[in-house]
Amino acid sequence: MSALLRTEGITKSYGGVRALDDCALEVEEGSITGLIGPNGSGKTTLFNVITGYAKADAGAVYLGERKITNASPDKVFNAGIGRTFQLTRIFPALTVLENMLVPSKTGGKHRAMEQLEFVGIAGHHDQLAGTLSYGQRKLLELAYVLVADPAVILLDEPAGGVNPTLVGQIAARITELNRTQRKTFLIVEHNMEFVMGLCARVAVLDAGTVVASGPPDIIRTDPRVLDAYLGVDVDA
Amino acid sequence: MKASTVKASTVKASTVKPSTTTLKLAGLVVLAAVAVAFPYVYSSPVNTNYGVYALIFVTVASAWNIFSGFSGYISLGQAVFFGTGAYTVGIAARDWHMNGDGIFLLLPLGAVVATAIAVPFGLIALRVRRHTFIVITIAVFFIFQLMAYDFWFTGGTIGLPAPFLPWQAATFNNPFYFMALGTAAVTIALAWLIRRSKFGLQLRAIKDDEDRALGLGVRTMRVKLSAFMLSAFITGFIGGVWFLYITQVLPSSGYDPLFDLTIVLMAFLGGVGTIAGPVIGALLIEPGRLWLTTRSNIGWLANGYVSEILLGALFLLIVLFVPRGIVPTGREWIKKLRSRGRPAISPAGAAEQAAPAGSRR
Repeated sequence: MSALLRTEGITKSYGGVRALDDCALEVEEGSITGLIGPNGSGKTTLFNVITGYAKADAGAVYLGERKITNASPDKVFNAGIGRTFQLTRIFPALTVLENMLVPSKTGGKHRAMEQLEFVGIAGHHDQLAGTLSYGQRKLLELAYVLVADPAVILLDEPAGGVNPTLVGQIAARITELNRTQRKTFLIVEHNMEFVMGLCARVAVLDAGTVVASGPPDIIRTDPRVLDAYLGVDVDA
Repeated sequence: MKASTVKASTVKASTVKPSTTTLKLAGLVVLAAVAVAFPYVYSSPVNTNYGVYALIFVTVASAWNIFSGFSGYISLGQAVFFGTGAYTVGIAARDWHMNGDGIFLLLPLGAVVATAIAVPFGLIALRVRRHTFIVITIAVFFIFQLMAYDFWFTGGTIGLPAPFLPWQAATFNNPFYFMALGTAAVTIALAWLIRRSKFGLQLRAIKDDEDRALGLGVRTMRVKLSAFMLSAFITGFIGGVWFLYITQVLPSSGYDPLFDLTIVLMAFLGGVGTIAGPVIGALLIEPGRLWLTTRSNIGWLANGYVSEILLGALFLLIVLFVPRGIVPTGREWIKKLRSRGRPAISPAGAAEQAAPAGSRR
């Protein structure tokens, strides 16, 4: 297996604070990779750098062989990387179906409805997206990223603030997409049960650097990881 | 791929009754007939003058709405395009010694020059968001007004006269009326088509969350600039019509700050981002304004400033009582009246309803 998404030596500072420090990450093609780390370790900043929402001070981002360092968000998306946001961002004044048709490549209404059915909110298609519950918004955001058929999907806390039933539903969808369509996922999540159950590989970010990466059962016993979490029990 | 079943009860709500469509079509036909018949029924130039002005403002308010209303970028620089259309026609007619009906061929030129100006204007102004954008449009507006005062080819403070049209005074207004009516109709049709298109959807997505749209592959700058240019084209064209109609343009009339405010007020009164809103706003405000400034013979009302004061007061009233405009508010009232005694949302679709309804932005 080769790395489909790769970052090399990404450094990013905000004022005097170094959010990312020589950060190197590899996401293998067809894998579900988890990205964990304490609050403020740079997970979302790394997402922002990869997807063009923040400019790296140094380093490079590759999608396959293609260098996409500091490309604008629309170019990154059109290159094949879709993402969701930690605080879900949908278009509240558009209907659910209209939300699905915003991306540059959608495949039309039929495919949009298919994706809505896939995530289970097709019944709300003509409602304003602003009337959806928080969990439904997460599903909508996932659906409209999927509609453009990206090769890599970055999810920023897909299970955060969502009820347990919906967490299961989201996990099931991710697994299914990975199995049937070999979609590659990179997932930031604090819910350890979710990460360890879903991801074949886990990378641990601490103070802006990837300090460990590997299969979940090795990661959960790695002393550097336990150290990064400052003694917090990883299984908790 | 597993497909969960869609609840039938929630789908039926979206189907439009054919009777509504027929009603709407019939309404449009009646409106068109009234608009066409107006200068024949009220044939006095005093009346047709109201018609010409109202339709010019319907056009500009709708053109403004195509960019600002859909995208949420409130522009206070629409007069840049209006004045440029007027000045382009005036300068070209003077320098090329054009006379008679042929000068109408210059109208597309005015539109093209206005569009060309929209490119650098947009490339600069559209880099910033919301409030900063408004301020930049005001700044650009004043730059153009100053240029009209000071450039060697604009006629300075005395402006430019339009070539004389040897038409009969009694029916002089009628060709202008139909020209403005045609432009207004095309603009409204365009606005309607755009709102239903992918382009329109992307503009509305930009209004909701521009960065998110960018991250979904929408080339937001291109989308915004295209709408800005289209808006400029229409406004430049009708600016030329206005110039030939009043036969003169001054820096203070072509590039008039009140013009910008009036357009925005019309759109807000009717409903920003809707198709009918700016049209209704223009039809309500412009005749009243014109009456106050030209025809009112009630002592203190005849003062030219009264209309400006009243416009300001109207703006306050709109912001306080119908902030979203007549059209969206009216729609809501009708919906409420229809669903009286029944729950507003069908329970089948609301099983997981937890979010506050009607939350926006």
